[in-house]
Amino acid sequence: MAQAEIPYQEAIPLHDPHSWITKYWFSQDHKVIAVQYGITAIAVGLVALVLSWIMRTQIGFPGLVDWITPEIYYQSVTMHGMIMVIYLLTAFLLGSFGNYLVPLMLGARDMVFPFVNMISYHVYLASVIILMLGYIPGMGGPTGAGWTLYPPQAILTGTPGADWGILTMLMSLAVFIVAFTMGGLNYITTILQARTRGMTLMRMPLSIWGIGMATVLGLLAFPALFVSAIMMTLDNVLGTSFFMPAINSAFEAGEDYAGGSPLLFQHLFWFFGHPEVYIVALPAFGVVSDLISVHARKNIFGYRLMVWAIVAIGGLSFIVWAHHMYVAGMHPYFGFFFATTTLIIAVPTAIKVYNWTLTLWRANIRFTVPMLFAIAFVLTFVVGGLTGLFLGNVIVDVPLSDTYFVVAHFHMVMGVAPILVIFGGIYHWYPKITGRMLNDTIGRIHFWITFIGTYAIYFPMHFLAIPRRYYEYNVGESAILTPSMEVLNVSITITAYIVGVAQLLFIYNLVVSYQRGREAGDNPWEATSLEWRTPQTPPVHGNWGERLPSVHRWAYDYSVPGEEKDYIPQDVPRKAEA
Amino acid sequence: MAVAIVLLIIVIVSVLLSFFSPWKFTEIASNWGHIDNTVILTFWICGVVFALIGVFMVYTTWKFRYRADARADYEPENPKLEWWLTIVTTIGVVAMLAPGLIVWNDFVNPPDDAQEVEVLSKQWGWAFRFPGEDGKFGTVHVDNIRSDNPFGMNEADPNGEDDVLVNGTTLHLPVDQPYKVLLRSNDVLHDFWVPEFRAKMDSVPGMITYFWFTPTRIQEEPYEIVCAELCGQGHYTMRGRVKVDAEEDFQAWFASQPTWAQYQAGITPKAYSAEARRGRELWESEGCNACHSLDGSGVIGPTWLNLWGSTRTMADGTTATVDEAYVLESIREPGVKVVEGFSPVMIAYDEDTVTDDEIAALVALMKEEVEGAAPEEATTP
Repeated sequence: MAQAEIPYQEAIPLHDPHSWITKYWFSQDHKVIAVQYGITAIAVGLVALVLSWIMRTQIGFPGLVDWITPEIYYQSVTMHGMIMVIYLLTAFLLGSFGNYLVPLMLGARDMVFPFVNMISYHVYLASVIILMLGYIPGMGGPTGAGWTLYPPQAILTGTPGADWGILTMLMSLAVFIVAFTMGGLNYITTILQARTRGMTLMRMPLSIWGIGMATVLGLLAFPALFVSAIMMTLDNVLGTSFFMPAINSAFEAGEDYAGGSPLLFQHLFWFFGHPEVYIVALPAFGVVSDLISVHARKNIFGYRLMVWAIVAIGGLSFIVWAHHMYVAGMHPYFGFFFATTTLIIAVPTAIKVYNWTLTLWRANIRFTVPMLFAIAFVLTFVVGGLTGLFLGNVIVDVPLSDTYFVVAHFHMVMGVAPILVIFGGIYHWYPKITGRMLNDTIGRIHFWITFIGTYAIYFPMHFLAIPRRYYEYNVGESAILTPSMEVLNVSITITAYIVGVAQLLFIYNLVVSYQRGREAGDNPWEATSLEWRTPQTPPVHGNWGERLPSVHRWAYDYSVPGEEKDYIPQDVPRKAEA
Repeated sequence: MAVAIVLLIIVIVSVLLSFFSPWKFTEIASNWGHIDNTVILTFWICGVVFALIGVFMVYTTWKFRYRADARADYEPENPKLEWWLTIVTTIGVVAMLAPGLIVWNDFVNPPDDAQEVEVLSKQWGWAFRFPGEDGKFGTVHVDNIRSDNPFGMNEADPNGEDDVLVNGTTLHLPVDQPYKVLLRSNDVLHDFWVPEFRAKMDSVPGMITYFWFTPTRIQEEPYEIVCAELCGQGHYTMRGRVKVDAEEDFQAWFASQPTWAQYQAGITPKAYSAEARRGRELWESEGCNACHSLDGSGVIGPTWLNLWGSTRTMADGTTATVDEAYVLESIREPGVKVVEGFSPVMIAYDEDTVTDDEIAALVALMKEEVEGAAPEEATTP
């Protein structure tokens, strides 16, 4: 191993910042970029939170607020969904956690392409700004086509935002994908090329496995969304017919469309859209594995199987997409194939759940705030995952599809569950990012309201067998809601207000603890992975000082028998080597 | 300790709610009892798994909570246990999947004795067509659609002559007769769903989709049709009705519905003044006809029959008389005055879409759609 004595990074000069603007705005430091991604995602997430209040107000108290018209309602539904999936969850888990953790956990000085990394964030910021252009007065409002943007509806006048809203949405998505690709190539290359001495693939923390696999999925899946966005823009602007068949619309005279296929869009959309679920889920799986292990003071159970489960889920996620389309009118025999692949994916997913819970067995669990969020994630994910078995099994999906059962399912499995992990991760790594601890009491209040609140919102929602995306249920003589359903809708809405307000506690905690939090020290959680072994906290540009760390063991040496401490960091040599 | 207690409460409440939930599926009214059975089977398997994992987490979070003198076990792997869990999970998955696929096979293969009915969807309503005596539907195309040919029937196709075009928004079906429902859309995606029948399917413009079912329960009150695929601003207003009848009641109703030939013969062109005639054409081309009828029917927007000059009560309790200013405002800013009993779904039409001059033509039409009003100089089309 003589040739590996001096890793090549050490020979490369770093682009040290010279001014405020290169340090905090156009920074090439992966840690600064991670925080930029994080702050932007949280800001745009607050917009999505307010939008969810708007729609819940209408559902809980129909007609109470004058200005919530069907137009506003459908625009809020659409923007809430798209912001949460793309601009918050994807951006946060990969842009923020990915950027912060990949170099630090692998013992690298930075991403392999720091300049591209910097550009990536600014292009992401541009995509957020373009998305919000729909709200500028005179633009006719953002699109109200639902986050799935199904044509022909999405580009016709009967849908809100058909003039500019749909175009800003499609443009923003295309720009986001450019940002994601630049970031994603960086994460993959860094994981493959910039691991420090001794950091074999099978010694990487599961966070990195999750982030890495999710990035591979993203790089393969996002192009499908990109071409969909381009083709729909052409259909809309130039009058091409990629997705548009001959139609007779009540609201638009003289359309000249013919021969396009609305189902083609759905296949392209879900070819992206299903892997997207795992683009969000896999980093969450990885991060939560590490949180559980650290705070349970026990190695993650079945590490190798956890790795292979991540790889298997990632691979399978590309052949299950049409389970979103069981009642879309595609050839019925697709149902057999996609139901089978979908239920197969349940096996590696179930293994991950077993291994998280088995890690708790004979552990020594510290109920820190990150651990509370991790445990809440497991229970929420179990519910969301099991309800996925209903919807994945084609015939069971028939009565449930397009009802609130679906809304409950996907909010639990890919809304609340990954967000609980994001919170857990922030409480866990904030001490490394800032050098200070977040306030524990506020953290616990925030946790309990968020966990119990979201469960109270989404668990009962499974029982509402009513169509989703309805502005009002009782129209004229047609009344769908029973009185008990109305009570439930009111209860869900009020809980949503409370959970939303509780997030302000979290923001307050983030801001105030930055100045006044307790000093964290280098390794407050007594964790083993490399990010806790930096010579300074917060780590400086370049992360490691003179020499890179070298790795001698996996990331899960907790409570090793015969050792004095209950954790051994990865860079501590084995006894035989020492 | 708190964690274990809260988890325990959540698990218990979740299980209790699952058994004693006041929110149930509607009572089934079709042959798809097996769909319900697959839901129930999945519910039991998933419910047991949920309870086991939940209780295991309660136990571990209580038993293995932090103690300064304690030390966690060190057990990286346990291949035997991992294999065992994988196999049990696979068995559980197969137990749900196999029956599901068998029922799906039934669902996608209509029986030989199934009759056909066509459901045509458009923003935002339903229409229905039967193939008539010859059992064959006439061909259709969206380019043929006009207000006097709402289905876009091909006038040259003899198979279409005896097609029965259902009047109104209630479909009648005979009990215990399997029906293959052919779904068609004029404009965007819709989804025909009657919760009591369990089955649903999207309708997609440019293609024909289907599902089949047998209605099994006669009920005095018709079943509601709801649209289950987002189809624009008026999605939630897109309702219709299905009435399941005894065979003889169905036949009586069926006989009262016009065939396409009768429908064509029954159209008597109405005489309009030149300006109102232009209004009538705009009513069609601008899509007013999607929501505002001229014959007194309609649930989405107020009918224009006898609208002119009348006084209407608004949702906020105020009243307004229908005159030029009111019509102008209702087209430019439809949200300002919404008639009681209607939803604020209308989109605003600005000067670029509908000019003031065109609105004057629409007003002329409304004036002549008052019963007893004679056009000043009538022309027939």
